[in-house]
Amino acid sequence: MSLDPLPLCLLFSSALFCLGLIGALARSNTILVLLGIELMLNAANLNFIAFWRYGPVTSPATGVMFVIFSIAVAAAEAAVGLALIIAVYRHQKNIRLQEANRLKG
Amino acid sequence: MTAALVLIAVFTLATAAVALSLRNLIHSALLLIASWFGIAAFYLWAGAEFVAFAQVLVYVGAVSMVVLFAVLLTRRSRADTVIAPDSVARAISAVITGIAVFGVLGAAILNTSFARLSPAGVPPLPSGTGVSPVISAPTATVRDIGMQLMSTHAAALLIIGILLTVALLGAVVLAAQDGPESKQESP
Amino acid sequence: MSLSAQYLWVIPALPLVAAAIGALTPRSGRSLVAGAAIVALALSFFISCAALSTALANPAAHLTHNFTWFELGNDTVRLGWLLDPLTAFMCTMVTFVGTLIFIFSLGYMHEDENFKQFFCFLSLFAAAMLGLLVANSLLLLFICWELVGLASYLLIGFWFHKPSAAAAAKKAFITTRIGDLGFLLGLLWLYDSAGSLLLYDNGNGVLEATALGALGSAATVCGLSVASAIGLLLFCGAVGKSGQFPLHVWLPDAMEGPTPVSALIHAATMVAAGVFLMARVYPLLTPDALQVIAIIGAITALLGATIAVAQYDLKRILAFSTVSQLGYMMLAIGVGAPSAAIFHLLTHAFFKALLFLGAGSVIHAAHHEQDIRQLGGLSVKMKLTFATFAIGTMALVGVPLFFSGFWSKEAILHAAHATAGSHFPFYAALVGVVLTAFYNTRLIAETFFGHGRSHAAEHAHENSAVMTTPLVILAFFAIALGFLGTPVYPWLQARLSGETAVHGHSLLDGVGLLVLSSGLVALGIGAGFALYGRTLRLRTKATAPDPLAIAAPRTHAFLGDRLKFDELYAATFGVVNTFLATASDWFDRSVWGGIVHFLALLGEFSGTVNREADEQGLNAGFDATSEKLRASGQAYSRAQTGDAHGYLRFLAVGFVVLALVAILGGGA
Repeated sequence: MSLDPLPLCLLFSSALFCLGLIGALARSNTILVLLGIELMLNAANLNFIAFWRYGPVTSPATGVMFVIFSIAVAAAEAAVGLALIIAVYRHQKNIRLQEANRLKG
Repeated sequence: MTAALVLIAVFTLATAAVALSLRNLIHSALLLIASWFGIAAFYLWAGAEFVAFAQVLVYVGAVSMVVLFAVLLTRRSRADTVIAPDSVARAISAVITGIAVFGVLGAAILNTSFARLSPAGVPPLPSGTGVSPVISAPTATVRDIGMQLMSTHAAALLIIGILLTVALLGAVVLAAQDGPESKQESP
Repeated sequence: MSLSAQYLWVIPALPLVAAAIGALTPRSGRSLVAGAAIVALALSFFISCAALSTALANPAAHLTHNFTWFELGNDTVRLGWLLDPLTAFMCTMVTFVGTLIFIFSLGYMHEDENFKQFFCFLSLFAAAMLGLLVANSLLLLFICWELVGLASYLLIGFWFHKPSAAAAAKKAFITTRIGDLGFLLGLLWLYDSAGSLLLYDNGNGVLEATALGALGSAATVCGLSVASAIGLLLFCGAVGKSGQFPLHVWLPDAMEGPTPVSALIHAATMVAAGVFLMARVYPLLTPDALQVIAIIGAITALLGATIAVAQYDLKRILAFSTVSQLGYMMLAIGVGAPSAAIFHLLTHAFFKALLFLGAGSVIHAAHHEQDIRQLGGLSVKMKLTFATFAIGTMALVGVPLFFSGFWSKEAILHAAHATAGSHFPFYAALVGVVLTAFYNTRLIAETFFGHGRSHAAEHAHENSAVMTTPLVILAFFAIALGFLGTPVYPWLQARLSGETAVHGHSLLDGVGLLVLSSGLVALGIGAGFALYGRTLRLRTKATAPDPLAIAAPRTHAFLGDRLKFDELYAATFGVVNTFLATASDWFDRSVWGGIVHFLALLGEFSGTVNREADEQGLNAGFDATSEKLRASGQAYSRAQTGDAHGYLRFLAVGFVVLALVAILGGGA
C-alpha cells in the first residue's frame, strides 16, 4: 500500500463517505439518516481539500472556495432537513423514515 | 505528517462509526460533533486554516445545535432519546452496500497513478519510501480568499446568500406551528 | 524564591483545573470538589507569593513572556504573561482573600444542595480573575474579563429559583455588557492605531514609549485626541465592571447571590477588575481622560455614600459602600495617583471581604434575616463576629491611625488635594468621608446594639470556627495592611510605581489634611450616634420608624429608592425604545403596507385579464393532452415506493454496477 498523502486522504474520505452511506441506509431514525448524509457531504469536502493541497496547481484558492460554498450549502440543507423532520414528527408523531411514505404512488 | 493524518483519520472514522451505531440520539449527536472536530483537524493539517475555522463554526457550532434541538423537539418523554433497535436485515444489507461502494472507490484510488497529477515543478513522488515528500503547499490567506470571494466568485457568493435566506425562511415555514392559533380564531 | 514569568500561567491554571474537577465530579462528590477548590487556590497563593518576591526584587522591571497564539493571514495574534509589582500584589491579594472566602463558604453553603456547583463556579471565577491579572495582552485580558462576567452571572443567579436572583444576574450581566462594548471598541481602535495589543513587548507594546508616542501624535477626532478617546472607551469597560456612575445599578442588586459571592465580587475580584484595568493602562491615559475619570469617580463616591444612608438591607448598605469606595479608587486614578488607588483597592479588599463575611455570619446566625430593622442586640450574642465587624467598619470609615482604610483614604485625599486639575473631586471625597462615617455608625448601631427586634435576632448565636476563623484573619489584615503605606514610609506605593527607594516624609507635612479628615470622621460618627445610638433603647419593634425618616421624610424616601435610578432608566431608555418600536410599527403598516397593497391590486387586475383570455380561448385543446399525461403519470408513479432507504440503496448499488462495468469493460 502506498504511503503518499494524496491516496491516503482519498481513502480516508471514501471511508468516511461509506460510513455515512451505511449509517443512512441502516438507521430508521430520520435524524440519523440526515447525519449520515451530512457525513457523506463532509467526505466530499475532504476530497476538495486533498486535491487542492496535493493536486496540480490551478488557482491558489480554488479548493478552499469550493469547500466554503459547500459548507454554506450544507448548512442550508441541515436547517431545511431538520425543519422537515420536525414537520414530519408533528404529522405522524414519530420520525421513522420508512413510515414517511404517504406520498407513494 | 502521514502519522498525524492516520491519527486524524482513525479518530474521525471511529467517532463517526460509533455515533451512527449508538441507540442514544444525544450521544450520537455529541460523538458526531467530535467527528466534525476531526475533520476540522484534517483541514488544519492540510493547511486550510480558514476552512477549518468555518467547519468548526458551522458544524461544531451551528449544525450541532440544530441537531440537538431536533432531537429534543422530537421526543415525547424525557427517556425518549433512546430509540428502538433497527432491523438487522436492513443493517446487513446496508453494510454490504457500503462495503461494495468502498471496494469500488478504494480500487479506483489504489489503481490510479497520482504522479501525473503532482504540482508543476515537483518531480514525481517516490512511492513507498515511508518518508512523505515535501510538496510546496498552496497557500490561501484570508486576504486571498476574501479577494476571490469579492471578485471571481462574487456571483456565487450572492447566490449562496439568497440560498441561505430562502433556506432559513423555508425552515421557519416548515417548522412553524400552524395549529392552535388559527383554530382559536375560527369559531 | 523566584518565579520566571514563563510559568505565571500556573496561577490561574490551578483554580481552572479545580473548576474542571468540579464540573466532572458527580453531585455526591461535595468534599472532593470543595477540597480541590481550596487546595488549588491556596497553592496559587503560594505561587503568587513567589511571584511577589520576584517582582519586588526589581520593582521597575516588567517581566514578560509572550508567545504566538495563532496566525491569520498576515496578522499574528500574540498573547503573554506579565509579572510586575501590580500583578504580583493583586494576585497575592486575590488568592489570599479568595482562599479565606472559599473556607468561609464551606460553612455558609453547607446545607445547600448545589454545594458542588457552587465551588465549581467559585473556582472558575477565581481562575478568570487571576487570568485577567497575569495577562500581558489586552486581548487575553478582555477574554478573562468576559469570563469573570460569565462567572459572576452564574454566581449571582446561583439561587436562580428566586425570581429576584435571576433578574439580578441578568441585570448585572447586561449592564456590564454595555460597558464591555466600549471596552471592545477601545481595544479595536487601539489595535488599529498601535498595531498590537501586548502591553509590554521589548519596546513594541502599547504601554511603551514607541506606541505611546505614535498615539500621541495621532490626529484628533471631534476635539478629542485619539489617545483620549481610546482611554475613555477602555474606561467604559471599567465603569461597567467597577459599578461606576451611571452603570452602578447592577451592583446593589448583585446582593441576591449567596453572601460569600458578594464578598468575592465586591472585595477581591469583579469590581477590582475595573480599577485594576485603569491602573494597568495608566500610561495610556491622557490628562483629558484622567479628568473625566476623576469626576466620574467623585460622583460615584458621593452617590454611593448618599444612597447607603437610607437602605435597610444589611448587604445592600455594604454594596453601596462598595460603590462609593470604588468611586474613591477611580478618583485616585483620575487625579494621577494609581498607586494610591491600588493601595486603597488592597486594603478595601481585606476590610470589605471582612465586612461581607461578617454580614454573612450575622445572616447565617439570624436565619437569613438581612433587614437591619429586624436585627439588633447582636453584640452580646455574637461577640467574635461583632468585634471583627467593628474592626472592618472602622477601617472602612477611616478611624485615624490604627486602621488600614485611614491610611489608604489619606493617600487618595492627598493626591486629590495636590492635583493640578479641578478640585471638585477633593471636596466630593471630603463629603463622602462624613457620609461614610454616618451610615456605618447607623449600620453598627442598628445591627449590634439595642434590643433584638425580631425572633430571629433574639435567638441568634455565634457560628462555628470554620466561619469565624477567616473573619479573625481578615480583621488582622484590615488593621495591619495600612502600615505598608503610611506617609512616613510609603513602601507599597513606592514598589507599585517601580522605585526601590522609599521617600517618606514626616506626618507633620500633611497634618492639616490628617486633622481635617479625622475631624470629618468624628463628625460623621457623632451625627450617626446622635440620630441612631441614643434612640436605640426606645425602639424594640421592627416597625419603629427610622429616625432619619422622622427627621427628613421626603429625602429619606428618595434615598431609599436609590435616587430613582432604576425608574429613571426605565423612563428614559425604556420610553425611547417603546417609541421607536411604535414608530417602526406605524411606518411598516402605512408606508410599506400601502406599497404592498398597491402591488397586490395590480396583480389582481392582471390576473383577471388573464383568466378571461384563458377561459374563452385556450381551454379546450389542452384537455385531451392532459388526460394522456395523467395516465402515463399514474403508470410511472408505481416506481415511487415511498421508501427513502430504497432510493438511496438503489443509487449506491447502481453506482457500483456502473463503476464495475466501466472498470471491467472499458479498462481492457
